Amino acid sequence: MSGIVAQDKPDLQIDQDQGNFSYPEDYAFDAGTGLTEKTIDYICDTKGDPDWVREFRKKALKVFQDKPLPTHWASKDLENIHFDDFRYYLSKGAKPKRSWDEVPDDVKKTFERLGIPEKERAFLAGVEAQFDSEAAYSNIKKAVAEQGVVFVGSREGLKEHPEIFRKWFGKVIPTGDNKFSALNSAVFSGGSFIYVPKGVKVKHPLQAYFRINAENFGQFERTLIIVDEGAELTYMEGCTAPKFDSVTLHSAVVELVAMKGAKLQYITVQNWSPNVFNLVTKRGLAHEEAEIKWIDCNIGSRLTMKYPGVVLKGRKSRGEVLSIALANNGQHQDTGAKMIHAADETTSNIISKSISIGSGRATYRGLVHIPRHLKGCKNNTECDALLINSESRTDTYPAIVTRGEGNSVQHEASVSKVSAEQIFYMQQRGLSEGQAMSLSVNGFVNELVRQFPMEYSVELKRLIDLEMEGSVG
Amino acid sequence: MVKNGPMPPARNGVLVPAWWQGRQAEAWKKFQATPMPRRQDEDWRFATIDAIQLGDFQPGRKGETADAAWAEKSTPSFSHAAKAVFANDRLFQLEGAEELARKGVVFESLSGALEKHPALLKKYFMAHPVDLGAQKFAALHAAHASAGVLIHVPKNVEVELPLVSFHWLDGNDSAVFPHTLIVAGENSKVTVVDFLGSADPEGKGLACGLNDLLVGPGAKVNYICFQRWGSNVTSFQLNSTRVEKDGEARTLFVNLGAAYARQESRSTLAGSGARSEMLGLSVGKDRQEFDQRTLQCHDVPNTWSDLLYKNALDDRSKSIFKGLIRVAPGASKTDAYQNNRNLLLNPEAEADSMPGLEILNDDVRCTHGATTGQIDRELLFYLMARGIDPRTGAQLLAHGFFEEVIARLPNRKIGEAVRTAVAEKFTAMRSRSRKMLTSASRGKSPRTSEEEAMDIRALQGLAG
Repeated sequence: MSGIVAQDKPDLQIDQDQGNFSYPEDYAFDAGTGLTEKTIDYICDTKGDPDWVREFRKKALKVFQDKPLPTHWASKDLENIHFDDFRYYLSKGAKPKRSWDEVPDDVKKTFERLGIPEKERAFLAGVEAQFDSEAAYSNIKKAVAEQGVVFVGSREGLKEHPEIFRKWFGKVIPTGDNKFSALNSAVFSGGSFIYVPKGVKVKHPLQAYFRINAENFGQFERTLIIVDEGAELTYMEGCTAPKFDSVTLHSAVVELVAMKGAKLQYITVQNWSPNVFNLVTKRGLAHEEAEIKWIDCNIGSRLTMKYPGVVLKGRKSRGEVLSIALANNGQHQDTGAKMIHAADETTSNIISKSISIGSGRATYRGLVHIPRHLKGCKNNTECDALLINSESRTDTYPAIVTRGEGNSVQHEASVSKVSAEQIFYMQQRGLSEGQAMSLSVNGFVNELVRQFPMEYSVELKRLIDLEMEGSVG
Repeated sequence: MVKNGPMPPARNGVLVPAWWQGRQAEAWKKFQATPMPRRQDEDWRFATIDAIQLGDFQPGRKGETADAAWAEKSTPSFSHAAKAVFANDRLFQLEGAEELARKGVVFESLSGALEKHPALLKKYFMAHPVDLGAQKFAALHAAHASAGVLIHVPKNVEVELPLVSFHWLDGNDSAVFPHTLIVAGENSKVTVVDFLGSADPEGKGLACGLNDLLVGPGAKVNYICFQRWGSNVTSFQLNSTRVEKDGEARTLFVNLGAAYARQESRSTLAGSGARSEMLGLSVGKDRQEFDQRTLQCHDVPNTWSDLLYKNALDDRSKSIFKGLIRVAPGASKTDAYQNNRNLLLNPEAEADSMPGLEILNDDVRCTHGATTGQIDRELLFYLMARGIDPRTGAQLLAHGFFEEVIARLPNRKIGEAVRTAVAEKFTAMRSRSRKMLTSASRGKSPRTSEEEAMDIRALQGLAG
């Protein structure tokens, strides 16, 4: 891909050779490339993991090595991942560096257009390994701590709160769930651990952003969130700004637990650079009358495979996935949702909107499962795809299993393109073709974006404008 | 557990040309070389693969029914231009062919066609892909195919009345391989109906049928298949349809019989203006499994397809629907629709639905939908308030549910035949339940079929 991008087409692709990251040789905390038991020992020693974690990791490594790639249904692009070439653990201080001057112009411009603060730009562009958010983080941590909320990194979580951590860790997503959850279980580092006590309603959303310097944007982050009875929490991960990284494999595991009557909303905006394989496993466990909602927004990466799920374990629990995927040239967004109904009167709702631009490919893959013994379960699934260019591609592969009494499911999907009449109408009123296009696309996702927190929806809109500009003419 | 399957073809003294023997031998090799489907194969997802029994079935067995009985058993309720009757793959009756020949229309059994029309068979026999998972069974079919008809309608010829074939399984452990090949020339028109059934409703058997529809430019072909095998039959029904410029195909698969019935249907829209309407209707009882896989393949610009598969499932029966609309990169102005609707008449029944899309062109209109639900309680209450027992009420509503499919058939008489076939299945299910619940009769005499037909009409459009 070319680093020279025409002025009017500031897309988010960057030349990976320009302003290359450089690795100093003498890392104190570098596990080297490849993945063996030695690597695991190294990670455990460096992080000071307790023995049960070491054992857990080693078991997971075995599972990872034994499991085949899921290429019988998934993209063959997975075969391009060379597991032996990766560094599986880089501790702090071992982050790549480059200077601001080396950051490609189009990237700088993107930051400007998105209105990213100066300090954050430097971090996001990989100029600074650390983003000094200590002040913000400790403020928010202090504020929520007064309510008894635990908001720490997964490492502190397992050390300081083992009684809660161990109870749920690996329970929602078992190690052997898939090859990449096994990989994460073997080498995880970073991520958040949150516990919200009974009845506590956390007013402001907690953001992974606050903890950027706590190795949060790790390759293999592991997040565990437990919201106790009647408590409420909104958590946000990622940001709309593009995140540039030389590490090309990301495989996170996120486990959510909502106890009786709890409400938990998890928002992700994923905008990795277009060389990244983003293979993520996310699942929530909803107890009686609890509600788990995933808002999942995928814009970046080369290949994303992510199907946030909810296991509806308690009666009258509710699961929801709202998903937006934007696939530009060379990208494949393979996203979707899983709803596993495991109790009576559970309801689930999936709304997915995807936009394919240029040679981009957006795929919806879903699973809805209502077994024999259940009564009164409902699922609604809607998938809409918008295709912008003639070489754009979209796929829909839902799987719906229904049994039992008084259960009903409905699935609908449509594929469309931006109506030429709409564009013509807007051009008549003085908009350029690009502006008209992005207005149409924003209209297409508007219904979902409205449900996002305000700052996210504003940034998302700008981002769609940016992505759309290069797509017409 | 599964052995090599049926024995390789034995000719029963029928002479076939060497090229045909060569093809069959090749297909047999392919069948043996292709592995059995496995649970993790995407094309077999959710299917109960253990239900596929190829073990001991014997093709070409002499049945138990007297030869004379076949003609009587094989009488469609609608008038028809020609009829062929096969039992255990042996031809018993072929009528109407001569009349058709005067118009230049070929209606010939496969063995007759080998003799008289080898060029047509060489060119068209299984010339189009069967690739929705059952490749192994397509090869098995090719290795054994000897029964069935070749239909060739020349350019500009319209055949008004339907052409009909009957295929019967007779006795225990028989295997049959019904074949229907329709070649419709430019601007021709034809309707073909296949009836598949068992002489012994409980006899074990294997049926591995295949039908190819080649719809020439501007031609119109209707194909209706009544699958009513006995309750212990493993069935494959593989269809490949290819529609040329401005041609129109319409297929309906009525699935009522068999223990496990795999039905694959592929439509290739190969010329601008080509249209294909793909319909399916299944009624499941006991532990029946209907495994349906479809593909709407849009290869060129400006084509249309519309699929509607409806399943009503009672007891512990199960339906699987996996459909795909595939739009090739150049196939702009594609208009494709895919709809799977399932009605669960029993909490133990299961409907698995996988409606898929692969769209590689932006200038298209493609939608799909899938719903699964129960009978509307209010409608059922309405019927019960009028003295209809719940099970009958549910079945009446299921009739209404199927009307949307049946109404799309152009030939009303065939539509009636579909209604009757569905009603017969429901009646069989009901009489069984009456035996179980003798108190349910409440002193009322069983309703007549006229009464039932009136109810059905009254309820049309209420359920859905």
